[in-house]
Amino acid sequence: MISVQQPTDVPTNAPDHCPGTESDLAGKVDACEGCPNQDICASGQTKSTAQDPSTIPMINERLAGVKRKILVLSGKGGVGKSTFTSQLGWALAADEDIQTGIMDIDVCGPSIPTILGISNESIHSSSSGWSPIYVQPNLSAISIGFLLPSQSSAVIWRGPKKNGIISQFLRDVDWGELDWMLVDTPPGTSDEHLSIVKYLKDTAGVDGAVLITTPQEVALQDVRKEIDFCRKVGIPILGLVENMSGFVCPGCKTESQIFKPTTGGAKRLAEEAGIELLGTVPLDPRIGKSADYGVSFLDEYPDSPATEAYLNIVDRLRDILGDK
Amino acid sequence: MSAQGETPISRRLSKVKHIIIVCSGKGGVGKSSVSVQVALSLYASSPNTRVGILDVDLTGPSIPRMLGLDGHPVHQSTDGWVPVYADGGEARLACMSVAFLLKKKDDSVVWRGPKKNAMIRQFLSDVRWGELDYLIIDTPPGTSDEHISLIEHLSPVHSRLSGIVVTTPQAVALLDAMKCISFARTVSLPLLGVIENMSGYACPCCGEISNVFSTGGGESMAKRENIPFLGTLPIDTELVTLLDAAETEQEDDKPTGDEVHEGFRLLGRYKATSSAKLFGSIVENVLSGLARSGTG
Repeated sequence: MISVQQPTDVPTNAPDHCPGTESDLAGKVDACEGCPNQDICASGQTKSTAQDPSTIPMINERLAGVKRKILVLSGKGGVGKSTFTSQLGWALAADEDIQTGIMDIDVCGPSIPTILGISNESIHSSSSGWSPIYVQPNLSAISIGFLLPSQSSAVIWRGPKKNGIISQFLRDVDWGELDWMLVDTPPGTSDEHLSIVKYLKDTAGVDGAVLITTPQEVALQDVRKEIDFCRKVGIPILGLVENMSGFVCPGCKTESQIFKPTTGGAKRLAEEAGIELLGTVPLDPRIGKSADYGVSFLDEYPDSPATEAYLNIVDRLRDILGDK
Repeated sequence: MSAQGETPISRRLSKVKHIIIVCSGKGGVGKSSVSVQVALSLYASSPNTRVGILDVDLTGPSIPRMLGLDGHPVHQSTDGWVPVYADGGEARLACMSVAFLLKKKDDSVVWRGPKKNAMIRQFLSDVRWGELDYLIIDTPPGTSDEHISLIEHLSPVHSRLSGIVVTTPQAVALLDAMKCISFARTVSLPLLGVIENMSGYACPCCGEISNVFSTGGGESMAKRENIPFLGTLPIDTELVTLLDAAETEQEDDKPTGDEVHEGFRLLGRYKATSSAKLFGSIVENVLSGLARSGTG
């Protein structure tokens, strides 16, 4: 089954290239000239809940009980944002008194449900809103993955619809009291990133961003852009994490570099950009396996050097944000 | 969609024989490096093959770096933007990317969908691609604006389109690859096949193979979905380094003596990697796929 959202908000009497009645551009672009709906669209009455004036106050109310909000960003795909977000969640949840929520705003490729081992769950709605899915009593998550009819369903949405689901996650989910909210993002610097930053800045604020990279220059190039994005939109950068940093052969125990840091790796980038290198995590094949099976790598393999690296990074983040 | 009418894009692409869209759903599985390898391999398949490579990953453009074209400016001619040629004077490997248009390399491109849509349209209609045997289009992860825009803008030339899905073996990647396959089916994009990347890593010291991102998942998925399996590529650190730090080809660099058959420098260095040898059979499968689909 496919979720193709593309032309559902285009009325039957609309001209070619109608931007959609719910778009920011509704009624305002060249294509709208002469359309009988132009005036209504331009007045804003057709816009979705994303632009509903009650959205901001509602988000404020929902996030009033959330102490710390962190974005996990990269710019580059496949560097381990979702994996890191999940391990961070589990590490925080090891303390029973800490409540953590994970919001997965990667609408096209939601990996959080799989990595947390809750991919078969669906969201329940009640009078108090949507319930996030609980991995354990003090760790919950929300993701579009829980809303799709099957795991192979593609979400083929343009920006405005993605914007809409993000505002719903903020407005309609009953998180309750949280010590930490971790927001896992897709790669890039586009609609999802602009939307989450805008909503959070207009409401309860964001404490900062953790940037994830791998050592090679093609990844660092994208992370530099992400740093530029954070600075442009005013998000404090908590620090940089280098993933897949070295590999220890299980056979001969020699360490080798799969993704060679041809331009100095995250260490040099952190120095140049004036941000903190929170830590480097080596590539342990059991991380990917744990993610696939939906179990906590930290719990399964407490002796791995990667576990030590993750826990040190979590400690550092808790120091920075005053959670000790 | 006026598939029959001429549009600026169909006119611009009138001399492009095949358009191959490389997608994955998942980020970081090697779309860009596979796009470059497909382009280099097709380029090397004959001394006359003309290849173009279009990078529509607007927020994370990797292709210029991989081809050693970082920092290259783009020139305007009366007939549109001149693509950047990666092979120096021979000028039969054309490239276009938003990276060439950024004032500063580290500037972020923070665009919402409509602006991305407009840029992609320009890349298709305003670049002087000329005569090409193959145009490879590298896409960003996901199934969103860029992908929708590509398919829409390319609808007049839909019969010349095909796709390649790149995945790594593990489950989180395969889930996203399935979404990409669903997308291709929704928009009737014929798939030439699936490539399983990063399948195994050989320790440089003792040669023991570690399946750092698992193994075999891509092949099983292709079988299950009845899509041709194009091949498996292990992690090749030499290739990673080559594409990370490719040197710029100078325009007046001409191959001399034995190098004549190696083509330009990047191509020569690529041919020496273990991936290039494996890619030979992948490209053969690609070419058979194109022939089978009737556009060959």
